[in-house]
Amino acid sequence: MSAPSNRALFLAYLQIGLTGFGGVNAWARHMLVEKRGWLTEQEYAETLGIGQVLPGPNALNTAIGVGVRFGGAMGAMACALGLLAGPMLLLAGIAALYDAYGQLPLVRATLTGIAAAAAGMVLGTAIKMGVKLRPTLPLLAVGLAALALALLRAPLPFVVLGLAPFGLIAAWWAMQPRPGRR
Amino acid sequence: MSLLLQILLAFGTLSLLAIGGANAVLPEMHRLVVEVHGWMDDATFSQLFALAQAAPGPNILAASVMGWHVAGPSGMAMATIGMLLPAATLAFAMQGLTHRLRGNAWLKPAQFGLVPLAVGLIAGSGVIMAQAAGTNLLSFVIIAASTVFVWRTKYSPLWVLAGGGALGLLLL
Repeated sequence: MSAPSNRALFLAYLQIGLTGFGGVNAWARHMLVEKRGWLTEQEYAETLGIGQVLPGPNALNTAIGVGVRFGGAMGAMACALGLLAGPMLLLAGIAALYDAYGQLPLVRATLTGIAAAAAGMVLGTAIKMGVKLRPTLPLLAVGLAALALALLRAPLPFVVLGLAPFGLIAAWWAMQPRPGRR
Repeated sequence: MSLLLQILLAFGTLSLLAIGGANAVLPEMHRLVVEVHGWMDDATFSQLFALAQAAPGPNILAASVMGWHVAGPSGMAMATIGMLLPAATLAFAMQGLTHRLRGNAWLKPAQFGLVPLAVGLIAGSGVIMAQAAGTNLLSFVIIAASTVFVWRTKYSPLWVLAGGGALGLLLL
């Protein structure tokens, strides 16, 4: 299969961005691996894995990775702009509507309900991820320290730079093969 | 310093810290936007974040909606550029490198070791959002129900947002 053009990349990511309700990555995998066949399952997983280590939204990082692979810098631009164009337009509309009607009592009541649900959604996501991780004791300590510092409103740069080395060491230690384990 | 420049800088400092996406930087975003700059109150912050969650696209675009709320379309542009450009540039610069890093002994611990940090920050975001959104008994019921739903089921979280909105409309 020949490499997709930048135009094809842009259009594919435009579609991914607009259909990507509740998590873009599942849609991106479906489009790139199953529908278009541009990447194998393994290639997508690797690109996504790198996107998850880097800071920033991992869907955008993955889009940049896919774009670079097929079209260099222009390809990366095509994928990134495609991914963002749809949601940005929609959000501009939402923001304008919020400013115009956000204070109406019925709108406010609905939004309060949505905000409460979103708070629960974030909490549920954290619990789900934490349980799935089944962390070793040192990794759990890193997670709890991050939680505590976030609640104390410690500035994030210090939290990340301070805890990341401990996270890496704890992960490295957890991954050492040891006699008597497993 | 002009407002637009302040917006650019505020979200720009968040960009490279967003390991694991928007949820991890939410406490810092709240600290900057509500507490340091006083651009909006708690309720507005949590509502704008919820709207960005409900819309398609990366959740980090909550920054864009907040930028619009503070300074209109140009505020939205500044917030989006600040939030995305540094991380996107880094992602671009790292692509050549990561191909060589593949299979490197340190990549796996790096992936694995940052996860608990991100989960801890996401949990912190959840608590801060719950503090901001929990204004009465019904909102606490919605928060609790939504937590359990997202934790225990595999259905799309959009159902929770729709359900929360409907309950708010009917009962608040």
